[in-house]
Amino acid sequence: MKNMGSIMAAYIATWAIFFVYYFTVASRVSRLRDDVERLKQTLGTQLRR
Amino acid sequence: MSIQRSRGIPGLGVSVLASALLMGAAGYAALYVAPTERSMGDIQRIFYFHMPSGIIAFIAFTITFVANILYLVNRAPKSDWLGVSSAEVGVAFTTVMLVTGPIWGKPVWGVWWVWDARLTTTFILWVLYICYLLLRGLLDDPERKATVSAVFGVFAFLDVPLVYMANRWFRTQHPAPVLLGGQNSGLAPEMKWVLLFCFIALTGLMLILLRVRYQLEALRYEVSEMKVIADSGSRASN
Repeated sequence: MKNMGSIMAAYIATWAIFFVYYFTVASRVSRLRDDVERLKQTLGTQLRR
Repeated sequence: MSIQRSRGIPGLGVSVLASALLMGAAGYAALYVAPTERSMGDIQRIFYFHMPSGIIAFIAFTITFVANILYLVNRAPKSDWLGVSSAEVGVAFTTVMLVTGPIWGKPVWGVWWVWDARLTTTFILWVLYICYLLLRGLLDDPERKATVSAVFGVFAFLDVPLVYMANRWFRTQHPAPVLLGGQNSGLAPEMKWVLLFCFIALTGLMLILLRVRYQLEALRYEVSEMKVIADSGSRASN
């Protein structure tokens, strides 16, 4: 296949962009879930007082 | 003040796996099933991800436009969440378009980039929505952030029809449209099927990215609500 290098570069770039974007969003979601749990514990402590 | 309880997205793992498999199958179809284009040869196979990425970016920015207008009308936070989520996903797809385009163009045109109407308006589109996202980062107050970015988003969308029509209204280095392009446009039937399959695969991916990104905004809102309650609680106890 002619220009295989360019074709592969385009396909790898496509996958990489979506992969990186998905994992940055997923890691931000995970950090926020941790914040939610931490705040739930804080609010729970305040209520018990 | 009620707190919206966050939940995980049901079936996300299965959806992500299905999307990855579909994208892999689409890549295989584009590389090995689609026939070789007569004038450009194998390099034309980049088209099967380049063009659907562009269409899906337009769809994402249209969702942002509608969400922005809904927010300006009803001031519902969920409209703002949808607007920013779809804008960010649209930027991702536009980035794919701007990266794959020059990789395709270099062997065919001999240059990476030309400032013709299609490429220039697409670059402007990408910059506009990057600015939309940066603008939100500069504003702290949630309501002001949502309002200002909604107004900006409504105006930014004006570039979408310009990009779409650029290679119809002007003579461009970028090829003329192959679908809905008039008398001499069109694709071979086998190419159309592969294109449709790639479009479906990328649409599935877009929906997953949008859903996860929307969840991020919902969680941010929940965290900010809980922080307000926690702060008022600690002030009361002091």
